[in-house]
Amino acid sequence: MTYIPHTDAERFEMLKTIGVAKMEDLFRDVPEKVRFPQLQLPSAIAEMEVMEELQQLASANANTGELACFLGAGAYNHYVPTTVNYVLSRGEFYTAYTPYQPEISQGTLQAMFEYQSMMCALTDMEVSNASHYDGATSLAEGIIMAVAVSRGARCKALISPAVHPQYREVVRTYTQGMGLEITGDENLEASVSDLVKLLDDATAALVVQTPNFFGQIEDLKGLADQVHAAGALLVVVANPISLGLLRPPGQFGADIVCGEGQPLGISTNFGGPYLGYFTTRKNLVRQMAGRLVGETVDMDNQRGYVLTLSTREQHIRREKATSNICSNQGLMALAAAVYMATMGKCGLRQVAELNYHKAHYAAEQIDALRGFVVDKSKPFFNEFVVKCPKSVAAINEQLLEEHGIIGGYDLGREYPQLKNRMLVAVTEMNTKDQIDELVAALKEFAPKPATKATKKAAKAAKKTTQGTKTPKGTRRAR
Amino acid sequence: MTREPLIYEVSAPGRCGVKMPEPDVPLAALPDGMVRDDLALPEVSQIDIVRHYLRLSQLNYGVDKGFYPLGSCTMKYNPKINEEAARIPGLALTHPAQDPETVQGNLAIMWALQEFLKEISGFAAVSLQPAAGAQGEFTGILIIRAYHLARGDARRTKILIPDSAHGTNPASTTMAGYTTVEIKSDARGNVDLAALRAACDDTVAAIMITNPNTLGLFDEHIEEVISLVHDCGALVYGDGANLNALLGIVRPADLGFDVMHFNLHKTFSTPHGGGGPGSGPVGVTAELANFLPGPLVVMDDSALEDETLPLYNLVMPEHSIGRVKAFFGNFGMLVRAYTYIRVHGPEGLRRIAEHAVLNANYLQARLRGVYPIPHGSRICMHEFVAQGIVEGSDIRALDIAKRLIDYDFHPPTNYFPLIVHEALMIEPTETESKQTLDAFADVMCKIVQEAKENPQLLHDAPHIAPMRRLDEVRAAKQLILCAPFHND
Repeated sequence: MTYIPHTDAERFEMLKTIGVAKMEDLFRDVPEKVRFPQLQLPSAIAEMEVMEELQQLASANANTGELACFLGAGAYNHYVPTTVNYVLSRGEFYTAYTPYQPEISQGTLQAMFEYQSMMCALTDMEVSNASHYDGATSLAEGIIMAVAVSRGARCKALISPAVHPQYREVVRTYTQGMGLEITGDENLEASVSDLVKLLDDATAALVVQTPNFFGQIEDLKGLADQVHAAGALLVVVANPISLGLLRPPGQFGADIVCGEGQPLGISTNFGGPYLGYFTTRKNLVRQMAGRLVGETVDMDNQRGYVLTLSTREQHIRREKATSNICSNQGLMALAAAVYMATMGKCGLRQVAELNYHKAHYAAEQIDALRGFVVDKSKPFFNEFVVKCPKSVAAINEQLLEEHGIIGGYDLGREYPQLKNRMLVAVTEMNTKDQIDELVAALKEFAPKPATKATKKAAKAAKKTTQGTKTPKGTRRAR
Repeated sequence: MTREPLIYEVSAPGRCGVKMPEPDVPLAALPDGMVRDDLALPEVSQIDIVRHYLRLSQLNYGVDKGFYPLGSCTMKYNPKINEEAARIPGLALTHPAQDPETVQGNLAIMWALQEFLKEISGFAAVSLQPAAGAQGEFTGILIIRAYHLARGDARRTKILIPDSAHGTNPASTTMAGYTTVEIKSDARGNVDLAALRAACDDTVAAIMITNPNTLGLFDEHIEEVISLVHDCGALVYGDGANLNALLGIVRPADLGFDVMHFNLHKTFSTPHGGGGPGSGPVGVTAELANFLPGPLVVMDDSALEDETLPLYNLVMPEHSIGRVKAFFGNFGMLVRAYTYIRVHGPEGLRRIAEHAVLNANYLQARLRGVYPIPHGSRICMHEFVAQGIVEGSDIRALDIAKRLIDYDFHPPTNYFPLIVHEALMIEPTETESKQTLDAFADVMCKIVQEAKENPQLLHDAPHIAPMRRLDEVRAAKQLILCAPFHND
């Protein structure tokens, strides 16, 4: 009996108290012909056996703990300080429910209040909620909120094609029954100023991402004024680590700043659980979705924290709620809070600068390779686009097989006109050696001039790089 | 109780909680005019961070600390193996944009979990993508919408929701563009068949039914409810939040449900995390499989012959409603649920449901006659709803809930479901022993005595807790949502 404590004697006694003879009698309301199916599932195994099974499955994966990783595209491999997992492993935090009983939930509530505060500091906004599921859904909720702010008078959102493609897809999924028009990204070349030209009195929101999906930092100067002049809200999706270095969207007049909080102390986890963060202006707080923690006092006038403004929420407001969100990503918000507290003012700046410098070093080195061109048309943060001489899939396969490197993101997968373009992410986790190895490995794809001397040199160089590391091959699942 | 200072209050300029490496590359020029000049994050030493959060954790109540009979939330024991499993580096340190060939282990787990959930529920297909129960509901309603539209049927604008359904249902429905019609319950806590019959017509897209419902009752006419809805061309959505009572007892698809979401954070014991992350996979019949959000994991049989092909792949269903979140779902939660199902096997799953129902009925039997239980004459499923009313006193459900805190129990859900006056919704779960249930029942009896003899004791409760009752009205009126570092 795995996690069930009952003894036979207790079961007997309990059934007697209830007044039934046997367990089966508790289920007489279930139609007999479908009652007690024989489930065709694998037989139970012991805890140690399931761990062994999972270890084996895990060994069929290539992972960023063992291999150098240059993959970003919305999820980033960052250092997670030891404090984060320490705090997340406390049963008092992770085995609690949503803090409906504030007297015995001050741990969660105060930690969320501090999370909200630190997110406001990071984005330079006035109000943060206690989380959404991920960056994509926080953006969808942001657009729905912008429509609500216009009291439904505006039902169009302009969205930059340089916003993460999956975010744009999720926005469309979320709004398909609402009669909203999501537009602006049909032309994948459209710039932010092209979007501005589309503003009209039906526009509820204009959405940009910075750094955008291609890693470029968007120029937000003057944008909010243009958006506000049209009566719309400016929604900015921002990478929170970049805000350790870059001027925050709040300073540019953004109305909603949201996005993916995963870089703040949450491992890449094959895509989840992550953290949708969401910040806005105080005057818009009543239209915001999600849980909110506010400060108050108890009967003894002691400072304490409670969930507040719940009249916006589904359990009170039912069909008129700002959203249906209930369980959110509480523990992930806690991870982000511990991360921000641990890094602090100086640490986060340091991390952001490490990302910036390493990415720029990598970009420079790759750009110097024959046949590779880095897009330097706009400033970038920790991710950049490289035009490659060969298909990205072919390059990545060889990087992994022969060099033990997880290469960049194949942009041709989402943007057909960006064939042979690789999106390379570099974080503080990538050492100079790793970057140099990547560059040396990419060099093998450079179209080689046919002189004997250069061939010789290339061979020698290859030998040198091979000597400096043990290539880790990938293990394939079967 | 001394209060824990805010993290900003233990901050001092120049401190940092972790040392980061020095740059090992040449420094690049920072982008002109784009660099921020201030960042108001706290500056705290590592020991102070650890103490701060440890002390905060001690102000919390969790399942690991004690009995947590929060109705409709299934606060069962969260096995520690699940936590270790999800933290295996080869799983946790994988990137969602990796080539499927390089994450075959992850895909194998996801594929198996899809298969397990299909078998447990009887549905033909499952998407693991939704991040929580409410997102699963929303997903399910979008699938129903897509199904009707694909048939060229755009007349259906309404969703029927029994008054005994979960609280998120109406909001999920509205988000999908439908209006809701409430269906009342009958005297035995079932869906009122006459009311349902009157509401069923060709403008109804679906019914969203929670079964067992929020009264903890299995609808005695569930088959009639389902056929009435099907007869008008509408579909049946099952809110799977109460699946814990049905594991190995009945498969919702066998009853005729068309769509259902699972709450992995309830039934399959992935922890609640103080408000998430959850996980809300959705199961559907074969007819609806093509509308599921994706990507789904498929097994490629040809790979069994051709060793060069990967065995598992990701595909988007042909008429998918689209992604409901980025990437594939809350993978870490999926690993935990997989582990849980493997450790239990088919017989173990059935024992979960049996003991969840046994425990609820035992507590109901012990509290019968102590508190009013509107449907207490019926056998309940995994939970039941009592009323926080003590005859001859002005005690309310809230007072009882707060007094329970003094006895070191987490209170039941109160004031939900809305159809029971002064509701105390009690879900003990299968992992609680008879001793714990008896201790709780004894305290509940004692509180009745206290209510009669010294009601003020209850009105002022809790007395033994990190905080006394908090002023929620003040919190909403004098909104303070951010620590005072901020310049408003």
